[in-house]
Amino acid sequence: MIVGNAVARTRTWRVNLAVLTLLVLIVMAVIGPAVYRVDPHTMDLSIVGIGPTAIHPLGTDESGRDLLARLLAGARVSLTVGLLAMVLAVGLGTAIGTVAGFAGGWVDAVLMRLTDAALAVPALFVVILVLTFMGPSVFTLLCAIGATSWMGAARVVRGELRMLREQPFVEAARALGAPRLTIMMRHMLPSIVPTVLVAASVGVPSAILMESALSFLGLGVQPPAASWGNMLSGAQTYLTSYPWLALYPGLLILLTVLSVNTIGDALQNARG
Amino acid sequence: MILFLVRRLGHGLFVLLLVSTVTFASMMAAPGGPSLLADPKLSVTERAAIETRLGLDQPATVQYTRWLGRAVRGDLGASFLYQTSSLATISARLPQTLLLAGTALLLTLGVGIPLGISAAARPGSFWDRFVTLSSGIALAVPAFWLGLMSILVFAVWARALPAGGAVTEGDVVGLADRVRHLLLPALVLAAAGCAEVVRYTRSAARTTLALPFIQAARARGISSRRVMWRHVLPHALLSVVNVIGLQLPRLVGGAAITETVFSWPGMGRLGVEAALGRDYPLVMAVTLVVSAGVVIASIVADVTQLLMDPRIRAT
Repeated sequence: MIVGNAVARTRTWRVNLAVLTLLVLIVMAVIGPAVYRVDPHTMDLSIVGIGPTAIHPLGTDESGRDLLARLLAGARVSLTVGLLAMVLAVGLGTAIGTVAGFAGGWVDAVLMRLTDAALAVPALFVVILVLTFMGPSVFTLLCAIGATSWMGAARVVRGELRMLREQPFVEAARALGAPRLTIMMRHMLPSIVPTVLVAASVGVPSAILMESALSFLGLGVQPPAASWGNMLSGAQTYLTSYPWLALYPGLLILLTVLSVNTIGDALQNARG
Repeated sequence: MILFLVRRLGHGLFVLLLVSTVTFASMMAAPGGPSLLADPKLSVTERAAIETRLGLDQPATVQYTRWLGRAVRGDLGASFLYQTSSLATISARLPQTLLLAGTALLLTLGVGIPLGISAAARPGSFWDRFVTLSSGIALAVPAFWLGLMSILVFAVWARALPAGGAVTEGDVVGLADRVRHLLLPALVLAAAGCAEVVRYTRSAARTTLALPFIQAARARGISSRRVMWRHVLPHALLSVVNVIGLQLPRLVGGAAITETVFSWPGMGRLGVEAALGRDYPLVMAVTLVVSAGVVIASIVADVTQLLMDPRIRAT
């Protein structure tokens, strides 16, 4: 009992810290560029790769641009892209899972075989090749992440709906003669909201990691726009001369993903 | 068992068809043609002659069915850029990727499973919390950043390991040199998968610990160490093998990124070079070979799982 309480206490402590970290990161991304009014694109080749000074609190990058300003601008881009890609992936997954779970029969069989197949594809490998021909842009990046990350959501939504179909309240609605669409929209969909939220909390970190990896390879967000991933791509070239350029964006990605994962795990545990 | 294998192979072929169709369709839809045709010295008639020779003047569907027909017979065509058969180009690079991904997979299992079991042995202990926290961090680290940081620490500052490549140029290539080059990329590639294996093993072992046969083993006076490794481990492994099958596709994608960070001459970099040059046959061949590798490896994982489970083996 005492051990159980201790475990529960550490868990809330860790989750609180994760929520706090995430809030700080989001506030940084939203109001950061408005408060810290240094242009992230202004280059000054007389101050290339300097350390922290009074004017440039985190120093400058390989083109003499203010590092803090770029990190804040990058936070906006990386978090937005991560969030949008997750919305696309979870939206697509929910749609496919809903159709499969509600229709049943051969439609379900076909969609689930497709889901299994999509899970067995080395997606990141194929995405790297496809983005290489398509030419990089934020739009193709979002489509690529969405098209390769919907399978988890589709599976859990379908599973949940199949379970719900057998529930007494759905049977009652059917017995009362409610049309299928009404049963779906009014009775079943509201019940899967928590499942979708958990799927979303799993989707954000993987979308952020994928965006950063693809932008690092030069296939995502394009310079001069800053994202944490493409900042690391620039930093790779100057790894020996200005190692700190590679440090900050990576740490920020790590912190973001770690916090969202911690919150996601807690949500999942809470649902049992 | 036979029926299972047939269904699994059918599924695998469907996966390959899906991947090749998507890759081909996006390649055709993409702006820009093969770099082979971009040479400004070519006259219009010469260009048309090359297009006819390579079949590029045909509609995309015709080109695809033609490619598919040849691929089924084992002919993946000749690379535009290298002027050799795609398979020959690939066979020079494939061993490097197999070496990298294989070593990473061995590390993932060899480190992940024992760590997971040892963490589950005393839940809530300092060791358990340490392992859980470290695996949480390893899951959140972008692999390419871990690569950059490890190059910085081990190659730039400590000068202990090489920063990239598979062998030292010009030297007589010894085993020690290969191992030194392999160490960092394999560790970086293994990190995230290893963390996931730790988590699954730990939770599977904890579920197993609650089962009656473990209590029975304890009641017979078997030491808790022996219970953990001889009774819990084999049972927990059944569900872990399943996770490995699911991880394989990501291992290959991760390998492509790790290859870029460490300038490792493998399939990922070959694929990107081919895609940049719009080398259609080579892109298709690389995609097909990599996907087939993943499909075969996951079938092997599934069959292993079946063979390991005496309840299924009996039937």
